[in-house]
Amino acid sequence: MNKEPGMTVIVKTVTRLTVGIILMYGIYIVMHGHLSPGGGFAGGVIIALSFVHLMLAYGKEVAFKKLSMPVASVLESMGAILFISVAFLGLVGGYFFFHTLGKGEPFSLLSAYMVLFSNIAISLKVGCGLFLVLITIALAGKEIKK
Amino acid sequence: MSGINYTMIPLFVALPLTVSFLIMLLGNRVRWISDMLCTVVALALCLLSFYAVGVASGSGPLVYRMGGWLPPAGICLVLDSLSVFMLVIVNVITLIVTIYAINYMEQYTAKSKFYALFLLMLAGMNGVIVTGDMFNLFVFLEIGSIASYGLVAFGTEEEELEASFKYMIMGSIAGLFILLGIGLLYSYTSTLNMADMALVVSEKSGSKLIGFVSVLFLVGFGLKGALFPFHWWLPDAHPSAPAPISAMLSGLLIKALGVYALIRVFFSVLGATAFLPVAMVLGTMSMVIGVFLAVGQWDFKRLLAYHSISQVGYIMLGIGLGTPLGILGGLFHLFNHSMFKSLLFLNSGAVDYATGSRNLKELGGLRERMPVSASTSMVASMSIAGLPPFNGFWSKLIIIIACVDAGHPVYAAWAVVASIMTLASFMKVQKYVFFGELKEKFNAIKEVPFAMQFSMVFLAAICFLGGLLLVPAVSGDFLQSAADTVANGTEYAKMVFQSLQ
Repeated sequence: MNKEPGMTVIVKTVTRLTVGIILMYGIYIVMHGHLSPGGGFAGGVIIALSFVHLMLAYGKEVAFKKLSMPVASVLESMGAILFISVAFLGLVGGYFFFHTLGKGEPFSLLSAYMVLFSNIAISLKVGCGLFLVLITIALAGKEIKK
Repeated sequence: MSGINYTMIPLFVALPLTVSFLIMLLGNRVRWISDMLCTVVALALCLLSFYAVGVASGSGPLVYRMGGWLPPAGICLVLDSLSVFMLVIVNVITLIVTIYAINYMEQYTAKSKFYALFLLMLAGMNGVIVTGDMFNLFVFLEIGSIASYGLVAFGTEEEELEASFKYMIMGSIAGLFILLGIGLLYSYTSTLNMADMALVVSEKSGSKLIGFVSVLFLVGFGLKGALFPFHWWLPDAHPSAPAPISAMLSGLLIKALGVYALIRVFFSVLGATAFLPVAMVLGTMSMVIGVFLAVGQWDFKRLLAYHSISQVGYIMLGIGLGTPLGILGGLFHLFNHSMFKSLLFLNSGAVDYATGSRNLKELGGLRERMPVSASTSMVASMSIAGLPPFNGFWSKLIIIIACVDAGHPVYAAWAVVASIMTLASFMKVQKYVFFGELKEKFNAIKEVPFAMQFSMVFLAAICFLGGLLLVPAVSGDFLQSAADTVANGTEYAKMVFQSLQ
């Protein structure tokens, strides 16, 4: 029997192959938020799920090595601060949330910077927040079982 | 369209949000920074709200276009006299409570998390008050509510978690009712901007949908504001929170999220006069039932929580009269209740801080050991009971006169009965907590630290001088113009569109 934490070797192998792709896909969704469907929230959820996937297959210690709880907490706050900084940046153009950093162009990744930065900020907030919520539920469940 | 007068409007929401996340980031690392940041932001918002009084009285409502988008397509923030009135109440109390919390919250761990949630709640309340967009109102309502669920459970004892859970269920149900109402109204009017909605509703008169939506809003906001049939979560939730939060919840949250939103939606957007008699009946019932439930309580904070239900009843009775005098009385009582109820909760917190007990039967004779808390609670008790010359007397007097004036002497009689019962229950509080014999185990207690004394004395001074708001020279730009804004009803829409041009 397998004494080490996590699931069977089949799940671990599949996870090893797919987890990076899931993370990349999440980042893709975030970065193309202003061009295609998706955006910060959806991408953030996918990013969080890639870490949760790791936690389910290998146990939480391995997941914490990649993204520990204090780091996730800091990143989450940074996401919120980045988002509100983008909003404050709009004051340069005269209004809160005003679109200042250039207009968007179709099919061009590096355009509409305000939307891009907002998406990145939201993905940090949502991704780390969801990861922390799921971790907290998992840890709390363990404590109750004991 | 820019300049400080306009730019300050989003700051009421953005500043507490920013600092809240900064505290989350830095609070655990640097010990003193969360105290300092929270006090500074509360002071800044308090000064800004005073500045806003002058600005809003000068030039009618200010409309801020978020992101430069023109309403009704874009979201706008509206600063009119009613919003300014509420902003001043919210931000003054927040400043005082923050100063109080610096010492009081030392009893708890994770003080920085407390401040972060506290500022989130403030952002939610300020957002509800300044927003001019229906869905935005819902979002801020939920921000404020969710932060308050966390704060009610802050002690994480069994009783507090249970109260918070009950509060959360009721709050979510209220949110669902409000969201359903907003959804139906959106499908009916095809717009979410409040001013635009008011125009469409007044043009398309005679639909039964408005009646249905009114009921949904009455239930939703009534739950948030603890109006009579929806009041029963409050006596569990408010006493369970730490004292500064009890003061915020009872003094501000039920008013900003419940009463203010109700007034704004019914008077400014729906223009629904059919709602007024219902508000009067529900208001009178909560007034009387709240106070009768309060008299029998032996837990200091629980007694105060029942009085919140009763006092919200007074406010709704005044507003429900629909006459200019009644609305003035209702809004004035809203102001006064925020002041004296916050003070009473801070007093109960001081007693709890010094003795570790809130049970009236265990306490007694604290006047000798805690003169400041005792005197300020005396002032607050006399204010809430409606004894002259304190502020509560004047607002209750106006409400009662307005009732008689509008031809409802029965309601006036009930208001007097509730006021006498309030006096009785606060005589009980004074007798059992501050007068009588000092118990031996409390011989060693001391008066609370200076910051806590300062906030209590400050609020007591406002309670003492609050009656001055009725002097026309003082109230003209503040209380009177807020009451006029409510009484003007759907004129709101015209004024908003005028100031956009």
